[in-house]
Amino acid sequence: MNFKDILNELNVVGNCRKYGISIWQCPQFLFVIMGIVIIATSLTTYALGTRYVADPDMVSLIVLAITVVLFVITFSMTRSMEGLAEANRLKSEFVSIVSHQLRSPLSNLKWAIEFLLSGRLGEVAVKQGEYFKILKENATRMEELVADLLIVSRLEQSRFPLNKSAFSLPDLVKEVISAFEPAAQSAHLELKLEAANSLPQAWADVLRIKMVIENFLDNAIRYTKDSGEIKITIKPKGKNLLFVIQDKGVGIPKEDQKRIFQKFFRSKNIMRYQTSGSGLGLFIAKSLAEKSGGKVGFQSQENKGSMFWFTIPIK
Amino acid sequence: MAKKILFIEDESALQKTFGEILQQEGYQVLSALDGEAGLEKAQTEKPDLILLDLVLPKMHGFEVLKALKKDEATENIPIIVLTNLETMDDVEKALELGATTYLVKTNYTLEEVVQKIKKTLGE
Repeated sequence: MNFKDILNELNVVGNCRKYGISIWQCPQFLFVIMGIVIIATSLTTYALGTRYVADPDMVSLIVLAITVVLFVITFSMTRSMEGLAEANRLKSEFVSIVSHQLRSPLSNLKWAIEFLLSGRLGEVAVKQGEYFKILKENATRMEELVADLLIVSRLEQSRFPLNKSAFSLPDLVKEVISAFEPAAQSAHLELKLEAANSLPQAWADVLRIKMVIENFLDNAIRYTKDSGEIKITIKPKGKNLLFVIQDKGVGIPKEDQKRIFQKFFRSKNIMRYQTSGSGLGLFIAKSLAEKSGGKVGFQSQENKGSMFWFTIPIK
Repeated sequence: MAKKILFIEDESALQKTFGEILQQEGYQVLSALDGEAGLEKAQTEKPDLILLDLVLPKMHGFEVLKALKKDEATENIPIIVLTNLETMDDVEKALELGATTYLVKTNYTLEEVVQKIKKTLGE
């Protein structure tokens, strides 16, 4: 936490406004008030006790009265925190319900378009086909976004059970690479995998780790603009396996590096290349890797490329 | 004779799409828009395969599944669950109750679903 962050924390009224609740329900503001009341009362009781009031009963009564005031403030503070927690829960629930509700119409849409495109309903003219494809691509994009939102809401509600098993990380990476091969080829990129022989098996939820790898690889391909190679290496590191993916892409500007794992964050320079991302990929990747007992990190230089890594426990 | 497939699904858009594509594949398609109607049709029509959604009006898909497996007349009909519920709990519960296959709608293309149906019917 640097000096600016501390100043930010002290801007209580501003912070309370962010929550969209009244100042008397804002925990941070109430906390300051409580502090002031405590300091003021200690001083007054001291002054009263030593100078004016000789009667100890009177002093005890004053202390008692002030305790009651403090109690009321604390109570209202806890209530407001409950309110905030509840609001947060409702938000996650809202995202979850909306995403679920969006899924059915999206499946209907996607399948109807596939049916049209299949030619089973009569031959599709070339021009028509082009537009059907646009519809299909966009339906798929919406589906992916909804899927990401669902994962985020599940992660936030901690409803994300992991199904751990032992598996070979290089084999999983090979599987993901071959799925991405067409995308890489059309971007004139070569995907390379370097894995040490006889690596120990990884211990994690295969499907979740697959998502992490997919996210990293997808980003590497998406944000490499000139042809070149993307190199993945896997090696053991202590009680973990280390996965590293290196690209020579657009990189991440220094000022954005602190925030790239935040939800919905999208770096300014990538917005120039691709405006369609949701800003959820890296947030999801980090959460999943950490839930699996691993760590995530990266190094990046703008216009030079990025190197992302994660670790997962071995069996 | 054409094999009979019963599609229990409240989305009429899907009823139309699947109705048509499965007919093209040479199947006879029966449709039911809620759980109760689905169960009744399964008992009277004895289809060769049932496609079952889970979130259904009147009777939840799990209840339909349970009732179908309890009834001697319908217990051997293969059931493909086709839904957007995708938690492990739902998948495990459906398989435990006797579903043959569990397909999450967003993960499959139309042709893939048709292939799964054919495979389940042993074709």
